[in-house]
Amino acid sequence: MEQIVSAQKPAPAAGADASPVQAAAGVERVDAAAVNRKETRSLYQKRIKIFSKRARGAFRKLKWAVLAMTLGVYYVAPWLRWDRGTSAPDQAILIDIPARRFYFFFIEIWPQEVYYLTGILILSGLALFLATSLFGRVWCGYTCPQTVWTDLFIFVERLIEGDRGARIRLEKAPWGAHKIALRVVKHALWIVIAVLTGGAWVFYFADAPSLLVALATLQAPAIAYIAIGVLTCTTYLLGGIAREQVCTYMCPWPRIQAAMTDVDSMIVTYRDYRGEPRGPHRKSEPWEGRGDCIDCNACVAVCPMGIDIRDGSQLECINCGLCIDACDEVMSKVGRPLKLIAYDTFANVDRRAAGQDARYSLLRTRPLIYVGLMVVVGSLMLFGLTTRSALDLNVLRDRNPLFVTLSDGAIRNGYTVKVINKQHEAREFRLDVEGLAGRRIDVVGLESEGPPVLRVKADKLAAYRVFLSAPRESLIDESVPIVFRVTDTLDGSEIVYDAVFRGPGS
Amino acid sequence: MAGDKHIDDHSGVETTGHEWDGIRELNNPLPRWWLWTFYICIVWSVGYWVVMPAWPLVSSYTTGVIGYSSRALVATRIDEAKAAQAQYVARIADATLEDVEGDPELLEFALAGGRSAFAVNCSQCHGRGAAGAIGYPNLNDDSWLWGGTLENIAHTITYGVRNGHDEARFGPMPGFLSDQILDRAQIDDVAEYVLSLGGRAEDSAAAERGAAVFAEQCVACHQEGGLGNTELGAPNIADGIWLYGGEREAIVETVMAGRAGVMPTWGDRLSPATIKQLAVYVHALGGGQ
Repeated sequence: MEQIVSAQKPAPAAGADASPVQAAAGVERVDAAAVNRKETRSLYQKRIKIFSKRARGAFRKLKWAVLAMTLGVYYVAPWLRWDRGTSAPDQAILIDIPARRFYFFFIEIWPQEVYYLTGILILSGLALFLATSLFGRVWCGYTCPQTVWTDLFIFVERLIEGDRGARIRLEKAPWGAHKIALRVVKHALWIVIAVLTGGAWVFYFADAPSLLVALATLQAPAIAYIAIGVLTCTTYLLGGIAREQVCTYMCPWPRIQAAMTDVDSMIVTYRDYRGEPRGPHRKSEPWEGRGDCIDCNACVAVCPMGIDIRDGSQLECINCGLCIDACDEVMSKVGRPLKLIAYDTFANVDRRAAGQDARYSLLRTRPLIYVGLMVVVGSLMLFGLTTRSALDLNVLRDRNPLFVTLSDGAIRNGYTVKVINKQHEAREFRLDVEGLAGRRIDVVGLESEGPPVLRVKADKLAAYRVFLSAPRESLIDESVPIVFRVTDTLDGSEIVYDAVFRGPGS
Repeated sequence: MAGDKHIDDHSGVETTGHEWDGIRELNNPLPRWWLWTFYICIVWSVGYWVVMPAWPLVSSYTTGVIGYSSRALVATRIDEAKAAQAQYVARIADATLEDVEGDPELLEFALAGGRSAFAVNCSQCHGRGAAGAIGYPNLNDDSWLWGGTLENIAHTITYGVRNGHDEARFGPMPGFLSDQILDRAQIDDVAEYVLSLGGRAEDSAAAERGAAVFAEQCVACHQEGGLGNTELGAPNIADGIWLYGGEREAIVETVMAGRAGVMPTWGDRLSPATIKQLAVYVHALGGGQ
């Protein structure tokens, strides 16, 4: 199906079996071409498979570390416990859809507080903008799940089939027992990873230990198996098969990112003023009058996105820095300064080319605006979270009938009073109404002697029918503003709700 | 039409050959993943025709091999809901009305069930909010023709009013003019007296004459002072609540022609448990005694 890329210029013999071409003393020229180079890519071009070579260096290590950390968080998080007493689950992070609660350690969110989720999404968006304006698409290169899982899948592929050269040979080889065995093992491992990925996901939605037992004994709800199945398919397809195609063709972020970066953003950059003119270097040849780039294609071979960073900043580049590692390794071998490819800004490349000193400015207007917006949104959320009351009150006045005339001529209005108790213990509240002379409060289901006491169970909403009646003379207008006041009988905390009392008017 | 092939100069891409005012559409390829998704959808739809109800026929439709039916699904869901409610319904059927009102769980169920049954069976006359209309009593207030206790309400719902059933509520209000019991002047006097009970009389002499007529003709049902009698469905005519209107003209008309509102028997249409829920619901509307 997929075409194997060969070098732009025909290699002396078929690919990797050929005698190595020297780019410089001790450095082989890799027979690699950027499959995504714009000039060579037709719109009708079938996908060209990328066999990225293993990179070694600081950024590769950083990527492994981020991979370990993000996967670790993903797999471990649902297993953390958090004691909330007997009336609530003890899972630290739990999206409890049947009970309509979201638990995150000490935070508990009810459905009507979904604006916290909105706030988190806005914060995440702004953080993404900020990181991109400062360091380019580092989200894509290091932390995006697509990158993390693709990295993991390529790691497995390399483990089974070997590095770039071996993988290309295997791809070209005719189908035989050896090839079939390697492919079966690889895909089997991929599917295991995919199943585990989907499997970890469902634990966020139910008590993890009991769900694990239920899954193992085939007692879990169908939706759990369906979710695992769907995520197994998507993980296998996106991470194993589609890989860079997802980033280049399916994800909108590469198109949006250009609006976030500017000439002062640190992006992976080939310092062409230093590298050009490029070409193979013989040991005896002096370095003066030529570029440092020995055109070894190491940067192209390691690129998971199939581009040549020396062509400049491109839509496909995910800013992962693997080409920096590859180039640094070569530069140290040939004894030239490192960082021919580096995280740098367009402005600095121009400055250095002109012989000026580089200037890095993190405190630019754009990032500062993003930081400012994050501070505003974050403060609003923090304020909301810290002042979040464990008590809420809603009063709905009957619309039909608007009011009822009683036999003694008094006017009566009906209300539904909803008291929300977000504490994990049952509470009792005194109900009072202010602003209506001669009012009488009747709560359906409660004795009418004394001030009514509303009982609300732990972590529940209680709805009471309340009838409020007042003599006709108290109604100075068609609509009289009144205040419902609910007071905790123990700790005295209270909450009020502004409502109206309606009558026929004068 | 290979001869018509046209290549766009600027992009070097083939065009579709269509031209609108000099503008040609580039024939860029669809993304392959998109195209495959499209093909898979087509294949999927063929399978869907086989598996699910799909094609209309003259008097029926193709049912599909798994026999899915949204109508049957609704019936199943209703059965499931009824099964889930069964234990509450059974408990309500066995309990007294007071027990239902005293048990918070049963009360909540009865109020919800009563609201639903009221909307289906009662709201046509009494209104969605049970506020009634002329001739149809308001069930929210504290004035009851036939009594406002739980038992009274349940009895009224079960047997209805003036519908010919042996157990139905019955109380005649004759047409005092049409039955030639009183003459027109006497009726005006009685109306004046009735108005005076609410402090609205304008002619005290007429009211006094009316009081004598009232004592002779009306007091048997409407009682001394017009306080009414729920045994006979005789309304309290001294309060502020009027089933047929409290203006002089309406009172005169009522006395002249009589009133005989009817309500159907629900005992043979609704289950006893439903009637109990309705009684509790109506009782809790605010006027229950």
